[in-house]
Amino acid sequence: MPKEVEKQYKALVNRYINTKSENDLYAGQKFSRRFIEKEISPEEVIGIHKSALMELFPDAPEDFWHSFDFLIEMMIHYGLALQEHQSLIRKQEELELEMKIAEKVQNTLLKTRVPTFSDLDIGFLTVPAKQMSGDYIYFLSDDSNYASVAVADVIGKGIPAALCMSMIKFGMDNMQKQNSSPHVVLDVVNRIVEESVDDSMFISMFYGKYEVDGSVFSYASAGHEPVLLYKAASNTFIELDAKGLLLGVQPNATYEERSVVLDEGDFIAMMTDGVTETRTEDGFIDDEIIKEILTTVKDESAQKIADTVYQQLGEMQNFHLHDDFSIVIFKKGYKN
Amino acid sequence: MNLSVELSKEDSVQRFHIAGEIDAFTAPVLKDKLAEVQDVPGLQAELNLTDVTYIDSTGLGVFVGFYKTLKANDGYMKIIGVNDRVKRLFEITGLDEIIDIEKGVGENRDATL
Repeated sequence: MPKEVEKQYKALVNRYINTKSENDLYAGQKFSRRFIEKEISPEEVIGIHKSALMELFPDAPEDFWHSFDFLIEMMIHYGLALQEHQSLIRKQEELELEMKIAEKVQNTLLKTRVPTFSDLDIGFLTVPAKQMSGDYIYFLSDDSNYASVAVADVIGKGIPAALCMSMIKFGMDNMQKQNSSPHVVLDVVNRIVEESVDDSMFISMFYGKYEVDGSVFSYASAGHEPVLLYKAASNTFIELDAKGLLLGVQPNATYEERSVVLDEGDFIAMMTDGVTETRTEDGFIDDEIIKEILTTVKDESAQKIADTVYQQLGEMQNFHLHDDFSIVIFKKGYKN
Repeated sequence: MNLSVELSKEDSVQRFHIAGEIDAFTAPVLKDKLAEVQDVPGLQAELNLTDVTYIDSTGLGVFVGFYKTLKANDGYMKIIGVNDRVKRLFEITGLDEIIDIEKGVGENRDATL
């Protein structure tokens, strides 16, 4: 069959060389489909072109024919590279599709509502570094007696990470009725996550709970960064940490629980490592920088405090975040 | 950002000398290298981090995964030579409670496991 195609191609070329008419050119364009039907590759097309010319111009110089051999060789490799490129694009499209699905799962499953309280001002902000965030913020509250928050950082991507977040939400929602204390919440979520995730995936999570009665903030941490407590009376910061293993590493982890009392003007800043490990051209920022920023806005509303930290640390890295950036502020007292 | 992993076998202990930054870009290199030996039953592994300057959460995931695999196969993992920054990371995450971590390289190398 290719022989037949060769013959037809030669006739077409010959006709075009003689007429140079639009019609014959169009015939050639249409004929390209025949190559595809017969599964003739681009380099074979050049081979066919070469042999057609050899019959039409038998006296052409030898070097002229060598140039075609060069072109044929080049086209073979061009074809291979093109194939590889196309398969990579296909793969990327598949990945993007997975990410889109995961993003949807994340957005629909994990909506959270900021509690509205009369004596506690709450502000928060979470900005993903990429399409999908590994940070997860979730509030629980009855709007009168208590307000809880989970600040979590899931290591891992895509659908598994989104599923992990839904596990956290599931665990927390289930315990809401019992009004459980932070170390119990972490213990339960750890058991759920540990049974379900793959080996190199884990979650760091801070869980804090504010109770109106006594203005007590109790907290536990599963391998999460310490949070900062600002004391208005002394104008100082205290690091709040509590011992506890990352979620999902082993089933029988125990979580230490601590508590502090919040006075008027005090606030707690809970952050993920995208905030505390902000990277600038000169390296990592000093912890003191965050405290300095917090101090300048200590009298503002909780939301203004969160926004300012993002604004200023974001600026330092030209808003090219290396990691997801999340901050939650619980502030005791008046609202602006 | 570079990472190198060298493996030397001494008696029955697999010693890994890791150098550089372990982050999302370089973690796969370490993961592949550790995966070569992690399924050996009863593996004794020592990871030397003297020349590791930085570990991010993806890098930490590689250590957690390796620890879990070894534990499932009756193996043992020890980390030596962590700097202050890396040590703090293991402390915050609570991993120092379950993984044997030694600051600096001990004098008696035979007694490291």
